[in-house]
Amino acid sequence: MHKFSLVCLITLLLAACTPKTPDEPTSLTLMTHDSFAVSEAVIEAFESAYNVKLQFITSGDVGTALNRAILSRDNPIADVFYGVDNTFLSRALDEGIFEEYNSPMLANIPAEFQLDPENRALPVDYGDVCINYEIAYFVEHDLKPPTRLEDLLLPEYRSLLVVENPANSSPGLAFLLATIGHFGEDAYLDFWQGLVANDVLVVNDWETAYQTEFTLSGGSRPIVLSYSSSPPFEVLYAAEPMDSPPTAVITSSGSCFRQIEFVGILRGTQNRDLAEKWIDYMLSPTFQEDLPLQMYVFPVNPEAALDETFERFLSVAEDPAFVSPADIAANRETWLQAWTETVLR
Amino acid sequence: MKLIGQRGNAVAALLWLLPLTFLAVFYFYPLANILSVSFSRLDGSWVAPFLQAFTSPSILHVLGFTFWQAGLSTLLTLALGIPGAYLLARYQFRGKSLLQALMGIPFVMPTLVVGVAFNALLGSSGWVNLALMDWFDLVAPPIRFSNTLTAILVAHVFYNTTIVLRMVGDYWSHLDPRLEQAARVLGANQWQTMRQVTIPLLLPAISAASLLVFLFDFTSFGVILVLGGPRFATLEVEIYYQTVSLFNLPLAAVLSLIQLACTLGMTVLYSRLSTRLTRPLSIRPQQYTQRRPITWRSKLFASMLVGILVILLTFPLAALALRSFTHVSTGRDQTTAQSGFTLDYYRELTINRRQSLFYAPPAASIGISMGYAGLTALMAMALGLPSAWALARDQSSSFNRLIDPILMLPLGTSAVTLGLGFIVALDQPPLDLRASWLLVPLAHTLVAFPFVVRSLTPALRSIRPRLHQAGAVLGASPAQVFLKIDLPLVGRAVLVASTFAFTISLGEFGATTLIARPEFPTLPVAIYRFLSLPGGLNYGQALALSTVLMAITAAGMIAIERFRIAEVGEF
Repeated sequence: MHKFSLVCLITLLLAACTPKTPDEPTSLTLMTHDSFAVSEAVIEAFESAYNVKLQFITSGDVGTALNRAILSRDNPIADVFYGVDNTFLSRALDEGIFEEYNSPMLANIPAEFQLDPENRALPVDYGDVCINYEIAYFVEHDLKPPTRLEDLLLPEYRSLLVVENPANSSPGLAFLLATIGHFGEDAYLDFWQGLVANDVLVVNDWETAYQTEFTLSGGSRPIVLSYSSSPPFEVLYAAEPMDSPPTAVITSSGSCFRQIEFVGILRGTQNRDLAEKWIDYMLSPTFQEDLPLQMYVFPVNPEAALDETFERFLSVAEDPAFVSPADIAANRETWLQAWTETVLR
Repeated sequence: MKLIGQRGNAVAALLWLLPLTFLAVFYFYPLANILSVSFSRLDGSWVAPFLQAFTSPSILHVLGFTFWQAGLSTLLTLALGIPGAYLLARYQFRGKSLLQALMGIPFVMPTLVVGVAFNALLGSSGWVNLALMDWFDLVAPPIRFSNTLTAILVAHVFYNTTIVLRMVGDYWSHLDPRLEQAARVLGANQWQTMRQVTIPLLLPAISAASLLVFLFDFTSFGVILVLGGPRFATLEVEIYYQTVSLFNLPLAAVLSLIQLACTLGMTVLYSRLSTRLTRPLSIRPQQYTQRRPITWRSKLFASMLVGILVILLTFPLAALALRSFTHVSTGRDQTTAQSGFTLDYYRELTINRRQSLFYAPPAASIGISMGYAGLTALMAMALGLPSAWALARDQSSSFNRLIDPILMLPLGTSAVTLGLGFIVALDQPPLDLRASWLLVPLAHTLVAFPFVVRSLTPALRSIRPRLHQAGAVLGASPAQVFLKIDLPLVGRAVLVASTFAFTISLGEFGATTLIARPEFPTLPVAIYRFLSLPGGLNYGQALALSTVLMAITAAGMIAIERFRIAEVGEF
């Protein structure tokens, strides 16, 4: 046992102190959340083009990673921060962690994604948080699947829905915002009251909702809050090959919320030039085309081509609900408290 | 006399040097830093967040619930653990070391996986509910499990019974049975013997185990979130919510302080009790204290208890392991689901299908996890042994009485708070560890260290002082006394403590995910990566990797048992 631990220890130590060559590349550090993923080839291409070694620091979910970036802003741990989304954007901007960068690549990116007019945070990708359902359940029970949020209040869908808690889960918060955007600040709580009356199940995280409570994973709820990208991924990562997704998405007007992820140069970086190059690279088709299969999110750059599976099976949300980052920051606590009072008490 | 006292002080100072330096640098410094940064973000008076914490009904409710569920969970864990400890301590039976190894597995399983496991068994479409509905022709599932207090309690018992089994069971197995036999000869019945002889002798180990179980339940996070659902919150959950969702750092800091104060209160209470409880014992090797169950009553007792332990602690995980070898193909309607044996999920683990930069083959994850765990065990022992020795050699020293409860504080500290503390504090050379892989074993050591101290101190205290005196009279230095007398006598407790340190590191997820380098994922981190993605293949791989984690944990435990029998464990 002890010998083995020692071997592991030595291996780790050796891995940590590999000798440095004289022609040492500069290093650029990217801080992000723990869902970050990227292809080796995409990183290698950037590293060899600019003789740079990329370092990655991941720390928990988006909120936690952002807190780390904010608390270390006087002595930044990284050059670039990626992954802050529109629900956290105001926190990042108000705390002043980013430097402005007017990337030439922004010209290609639709204005709807560019939420920071000063270009401190630049959009990279988006994902739509939408209601999913298992098709087989509705076929078997001879039931018409819901098509709008309002349908979820109907008696035939009683006890069928599971959603995530907006206080702890990022899709949960996105869905709360969708209801606020869709029904308005005066009426969204009535909708939630209706959901409670219709026996909605609330769990704390996406994993519990999708991987345990959803009928597809052996649970008892055939309607689940997930992403519009979930059905194509059910095909791509099916245990047995399948011709079409086992699930479908409600994409009607106002029923989804679009999460946009941003990247920014951390204030005080010593590598401003390289950081700019990296951001341009993240917005270029090479990196953008890598996004869907790695992180299950979609490119903001329209020049990036999508994999054929997505062309066939991805339903894009029509006209997703919108709440501005400033409104989210100003009202987050009030909305969460009101939601908790209505749904959990 | 004076000379001896001074020399004793010098020895104590030497013993405390390493552990206290470690705590000062890697615990108190980061903690003080994050607390002061948090309070510096206040606009108004620092009284405000305290006022908010103590007047808000929802936070007071959280505080009350935290105590309530921890107390209840601890009692239930003891109710199962103590009879189990008796079984393991006093009986010799076939398959015992396998049973012991299996009992240790829950301790390392990530909560998300345990959530999946319990749901597969007890959820509304779980096996138990489906079977009951089938047998009794019910339309609705009779058992409601997820999002209930019961789920929280069951999960806590599931996780922590092994603490009682190991700490109490080990202590018990060395109690001289002749004391009990004497009581029986003198006319006491079995119940009287238990109450008046055995339990009082066991109290040091029982109270130490209870304290650890209580603190684990008190700071529970994953179990509450995953199994308790959104209606339940402990202080730890509230701290996370205030920090991450609302970024209200001052209030989070106050809540962290409250959690620390409660931890301190519990441990002071414990230290008061434990110094009074401990008495020197003649400890006996296991071969003299254990027997085979012979009478029908002891056979019945043993088999019932083994049954309960196996059902509660291994069934949920067995269901997972089974599922990781099963492929399910569902037709258009769910009724035509077919299942069969498959190794696909395991095969898939070894393929980097997405050409991902952070892909780690299972062998690498195992190596990384084992490396961190080995390092954690070494560091925790290097710090824990001198501390436990210093505590045990002089119980009356006022310094020791002061320091003892403080050693337990890391267990009661919020992972979110301390994680941010590392970032704020350890940012200057030579301690710029913010991006270093070393943070992982350091953080694990902070959790493992109190465990090591608590499991070693009762054993070291139970050594008769006359043995030390005899050694000293014969000319042995304190170090020689320790090496030649104490260490062999408590060799078994040392192994129990290292096992704890090793498994704590193996299963730790909450802090690891905050600080682990993405290119060095531990097994729980790698499991979580698969579980957080849609698609049956990802789900299957999460279960397969969980099964791998179970297997290497069990193998590790069995190896340690073997090692003990072969070498220092016995005397």
